[in-house]
Parts: sequence; structure tokens; C-alpha cells
Amino acid sequence: MSAALEIDNLSVVYDDFHALKDVSIAVQGGESFGLVGESGSGKSTLLRAVAGLAPISGGAINIDGEALRGLKRSKSFYRRVQMVFQDPYGSLHPRQTIDRLLLEPLAIHGISDSETRIARALDEVGLGNGFRFRYPHQLSGGQRQRVAIARALIVEPSILLLDEPTSALDASVQAEVLNLLEQIRRDRKLTFVMVSHDLGVVTHMCERLAVMRNGAVVERLTSRALAEGAVHEDYTRNLMIASKGFVKA
Amino acid sequence: MTTLLTVDKLKVNYPTRTGVIEAVRGVSFTLGKERLGIVGESGSGKSQTGRAIMGLTPKHGIVTADKLDFNGIDLINASAGERRRLRGKRIAMILQDPKYSLDPVMTIGRQICETLRTHEKVGKAEARERALAMLEAVQIRDPQRVFDLHPHEVSGGMGQRAMIAMMLIAGPELLIADEPTSALDVTVQLDVLKIMDRLVAERGMGLIFVSHDLRLVSSFCDRVIVMYAGKIVEELAAADLKHAQHPYTQGLLNCMPEIGQNRHPLPVLDRRPEWAA
Repeated sequence: MSAALEIDNLSVVYDDFHALKDVSIAVQGGESFGLVGESGSGKSTLLRAVAGLAPISGGAINIDGEALRGLKRSKSFYRRVQMVFQDPYGSLHPRQTIDRLLLEPLAIHGISDSETRIARALDEVGLGNGFRFRYPHQLSGGQRQRVAIARALIVEPSILLLDEPTSALDASVQAEVLNLLEQIRRDRKLTFVMVSHDLGVVTHMCERLAVMRNGAVVERLTSRALAEGAVHEDYTRNLMIASKGFVKA
Repeated sequence: MTTLLTVDKLKVNYPTRTGVIEAVRGVSFTLGKERLGIVGESGSGKSQTGRAIMGLTPKHGIVTADKLDFNGIDLINASAGERRRLRGKRIAMILQDPKYSLDPVMTIGRQICETLRTHEKVGKAEARERALAMLEAVQIRDPQRVFDLHPHEVSGGMGQRAMIAMMLIAGPELLIADEPTSALDVTVQLDVLKIMDRLVAERGMGLIFVSHDLRLVSSFCDRVIVMYAGKIVEELAAADLKHAQHPYTQGLLNCMPEIGQNRHPLPVLDRRPEWAA
């Protein structure tokens, strides 16, 4: 099986700040891969570099064996790779109806039968047709994130980049959105790259994960190894303790 | 245990063009020198309850209660001036995100001194001294340096520590913490919670901890109130969480994915209309 997404010695530099230092990961087709770390560890920058939203100063990114160059991404790239952002309050246009939001990617890619596609996309994320002509401010956070997922899926990508898709949501709503993502991945055989600071979420969603710190990968392991405590780095262990929650002294 | 705060049938209503929104619908509890957690989803009225006690309900909101008593002071009928004197001095509040709750154009040190000098007659030099001591108490390593920094120059965890320092410097009897760690990294969350834990214990305050994270609240508090649609659906000791009766409480407990658990799909809440009745 060839890698759907291969990142080789990738570096991202802003002025004299090294956001990513020679990071390499390979994600197989149909796999769900997790990136964990605290803020500033470079996990989001990695996704943004793939999507063409961060300047690459060294290394290579390959999608299905095809190399990406510079910041420019072709239309066919965006049909294959889509991204869901953290904040559902900031990532939807506040003055556009849900219908308009979902029409945009279809128009960009010249896809016909938008009527049926929009209806199907909303249906797939568990929102009925009644939501179609509402505005984002009329929806709850969970519903907005569903719209963002529908917008990413409407062009039928094969790789989905998920940047903390549930960290702005309530725990109970998080469970619903995670279930939805899993269901979609199963149905469409998608490849996921998921960023989160929550080890519980990442081990639930992903088979393999990389732990990042200060722009570099400190450890790569499988979710099972993590659950069994087969952890080599102290930093990963600290993250595990933190995710268990507060313990009264 | 002496009672610090008595809340009886607290209601917060917001009249709008399309009718009255009932944010809090008759919440009652008492609080001594203990830690009380208020848990619920967004929109359950947990933050509105905290804000009503603090006296921070917006002008168009209507707060009513059979009794809202803080140490013998009737908060419902207290004048605006009287409430202002309480706020920050005897009742303090820590908000969610230090990025928005600190004044961006004032140094951290000045903000802390301002709180102190608003409520106590102290000279500049003494205020500075006490602010530095407070910054040290919240485990900021280099208080002298941080004193002169602006909020944008510090990390989220540092900002939240400064916020805690500011809230505790006047020695409040009641501390309301509204999602104090939700905007912070997991690793930083623990540090901030430990600091709060220690200071609340040392200084003998009553604490109301508002959060959507039931596990976090129950590990931090003695008693937990679970809210749904503006009402209390269950009240229980944190130690009895495993024996929660209400399906909503059980749902909140079970919906978090955990390391080493293999539950696909995750259980979700089946919200029933009778819960809101």
C-alpha cells in the first residue's frame, strides 16, 4: 500500500522562528493518523503546510506520490484534500446561508447537480433540509461544525485534514461529532489526519499517532501501545497524566 | 458549617421581541466554606447562575429570587454601589479566557494593584509589594519581570495565573470560577488547578466551579450540581458520582473518549423533553 500523504523533512520558518523542524510522517490510504501536542508544538502548522496555508522552507510533501511545490495548490489538489478547522464560529461566512456556503465549493470545481448534492451533504451530516436556508448564527456550535464537515465532504475528497475539530464543543456534542466523523470515514473510506491536544480523542479516533513538541516529532506510536503504557518519552507520559485529569493532593 | 451563600429559587429572564428567554428557572442551593461544582452543557444556565450571584447580569436581564443572601447581605435588594463594593472584595470571579478578561493596555502589575487599591487603603509601594507576593503565590517564577508585562506578552497559563492573583489579592470569601481552565492546554490546566486548589484551601474560601467537564469538576469539588435547561436535575457528592441517578448526568459522564477504552460509536445523550420540565 502506498502512502496517501507523505511528509519528508518538512520545515516551516517564520522570520527567525522555526515552527516546524524536519518533520517526517507517512499516512497510508484509509488510515486515521493523529498529531498530539500542546499549543505551539507545530501540529496545526503541519496541517496548514499541507493545505498551502503555511510557507514551506524545506522538505517535501507528497500526496498519492505526487509532489507539492510552494504555496500554490491546484484545483485537483483541493478535490482530493479538504480541511475542517477548529472554531466553527470563525470558519463559516456569517453573512451567507448554509445553502450558499455549500454551493461555493461546487461552483469552484464546476460540479453540476448542486441541488441534490447539497441536500445529500446536509443529510449525511445529520442536518435536515430545514437547515439549508439558515444563517450560521442561527445554529449551535455542534451544528456549525457539522456544516463545516459537510462543506469539506461535498467535493468528495479522499483525505480530510482535521484541526481540533471538537475542542470548541461541549463534551456531549463532541461525542456526536466524533461518531459522525467515524461513520463518514467508514462509509467513504477516507484518510484522516487529525490534530488534537486531547489524547483521549486522538486514541479514540486514530490507529497511529505522533507526539509533537517545539516543532519536532518526539515520539511515534500506535494508540494501542499508548493505551498499554508502552511509552518511551517522558513528554508523552506527562501528556497522559494530564489527560487523566486533576487529582486532589 | 456556617452558610456563606443561600440561593433560593433564583431565576434569570431575558425578555426579547419573540418572548421571554428563561435562562435560569428556579435554582436553589446553599454554600458554606466548601467547593461546589456547577456542571451542564452550553445553554444550561450554569454561567448565568454564577453571573447573577456576582451581579454581572446584563441590564436587560431580570434576576429574581426568593432569597439571594451572602453573609447576611440581601443581594437582590442591594444597591448598585453596595454590590460594587462586594465585587472583587468579598466575591471574586475568574473567567474563562485570560486573553479577553485582562485589560490589554495595562500592565499585569498595575491591574493587580488597581484591584487592591480599589478595595483597601494602601500606598503605592505597599500595593506593589503585595502584588509581587501574590504573583509569587500563583507560582510565577519571575514576578518582577511579569509585573511590568502586558497581557499579550504572556502565555495563556501565565495570564490565567495573573488573573487568579488579581482575584485573590483582596482576600475574597467567595470565589466563582467560570471555566477557568477550558482555554488552556491540557498540561497547563493541571498546574493552574493545583494553584487554585492550594490557595482555596489555604485561604479558606467558598468556591463555585462552573464547567462543562463533569469529571474535572468532580475531581476538584466536594459537591456537584448538574444543570439542564436552567434547572438543577441532580445534586450529589463528588464521591458518589458513580451512583448518579439521572440519565443526563450518566450521559455526561460516559460521553468522553478515554485512553484504552474501545467504544465505537461513543454513547451520546438522548435528550428527553421531560428533563426540561
